[in-house]
Amino acid sequence: MTGTPLNIVAFCCEHCAYAAADLAGGLRMQYPPDVRIVQLPCTGRLDVLTVLQAFDEGVDGVMAAGCLPGNCHFLEGNLNARRRVTRIQGLLGEIGLEPGRVEMFNMSAAMAAEFVTAVTEMTERINEMGPSPLRVGGAGRGGD
Amino acid sequence: MITAERKPLEEVKDLIGEARNVLVMGCGTCVTVCFAGGSREAAELVVSLRMATRLAGAPREITETTVQRQCEWEYLDEARADVEQADVIVSLACGIGVQAIAERFPDARVVPGVNTTFLGMPTEHGIWEERCAACGECILGITAGICPIARCAKSLLNGPCGGSEAGHCEVSPDTPCAWQLIHDRLQRLGVLDVLMQPQPPKNWKSSRDGGPRRIVRDDLRLAGEQE
Ligand code: SF4
Ligand code: SF4
Repeated sequence: MTGTPLNIVAFCCEHCAYAAADLAGGLRMQYPPDVRIVQLPCTGRLDVLTVLQAFDEGVDGVMAAGCLPGNCHFLEGNLNARRRVTRIQGLLGEIGLEPGRVEMFNMSAAMAAEFVTAVTEMTERINEMGPSPLRVGGAGRGGD
Repeated sequence: MITAERKPLEEVKDLIGEARNVLVMGCGTCVTVCFAGGSREAAELVVSLRMATRLAGAPREITETTVQRQCEWEYLDEARADVEQADVIVSLACGIGVQAIAERFPDARVVPGVNTTFLGMPTEHGIWEERCAACGECILGITAGICPIARCAKSLLNGPCGGSEAGHCEVSPDTPCAWQLIHDRLQRLGVLDVLMQPQPPKNWKSSRDGGPRRIVRDDLRLAGEQE
C-alpha cells in the first residue's frame, strides 16, 4: 500500500463478514492493515449517528459488511442497512465530504476472498481520495 | 402528531450565519416520534454542523439539548442557561416550539432547523400521511371517519369531483381519493344514504380564515391569572 496509513472502520455482521474476516485470517490471506473491524450482531444495527461521529473523530472511511441479500440472519437487516448507508452518503455530501467514503458490501461467512477484495477496494478508493480533511493537520477531534 | 422534516444542512448553515456559539435544541414529543427533531436528530445535526463548519475553516462551538416539549414554558425554562449562553438557537421543534423560544427568551436569536409539515400519522415505517387540517369544526361524524378537508385535494364537502379515477385523486396516483374512501366506507357500514343529504357550505370562520385562534377555558385558569 502506498500513501498515509488510513483509518477505515468496518462494521461487520457477526454472521457473515466478521466470520469471513476470521476465515481470511485463518487462511493467512493478506489484506491492507488500514481497516479496524467492529463486530455487529447484524448490519441492521448500523447506526447513522455512530457513523457520523466516526467521521467527526477523523476516520477516513467506513464500510458496512453484511450478509448476501436474502441471507440475513434477521431477514432484512442487511437491506435496511443499505438504505441507511445511502442516507449517510447523502449526509456526507451535504457536510462536504466525499459520499464514497462510506460503502456497503455483502458476503457470506465462507467468502474470505471477497472480504479481502472488499477491504482492498475500499482502501484503494480512500487512498485516491486521500485521508479525511477532518484529520489532516490535527483537525480531527479524536486521537486513536 | 405534528410532523416535520429536517431542513437541508446548507439552509441551516445560512441561518446560523456568523454565530460562534450554536445551541441545537431538540423537542422530545411530536418531532421525536416522526424522527425529525428529537435528541437523536439533534445529535446528528450537531455532528454534521461541526464537520461542515470545520471543513469551511470556521469551526463553531456547537452544543445540544433536548427538552420534553418546547411548547410549554415549564420545559423550556429548563434550558434557560443553555439558551442564554448561545448566539443562536437552532430549534428542531415544530413552528410552535420555535415561537415559544422567541416569546420566552426575548433576547435570544432562534431559527428553525425543520420544516413543520402537517398533522398526520405514520402509516408504515418511514411513511407519514396527512390526516387533519385542524379546521376547528370536526365533520368526521358525517364522513365515515375520513377527513375530506385534509385528505381531498379540493377539501370538497360533497364529493367526489370529476377527477376521481380508479380510487385515486387526480393530483397524484399515490393519493387515494378521499371521497372514494368515504363512499366505500359508508357503503361498508350500510349507511350510504347519508350521501343523499348534501352538505351546506362550511363556515370557515372556525378555521384559519377567522384569524389566529385561541381557546379559553375559565375552569382551568388560575385565579391569580384572570384578566
Ligand atoms: S413544540 Fe411542537 S413538536 Fe414539540 S411538543 Fe410542542 S407541538 Fe410537538
Ligand atoms: S379526486 Fe377525490 S380527493 Fe381528489 S380533489 Fe377530487 S374528490 Fe378530492
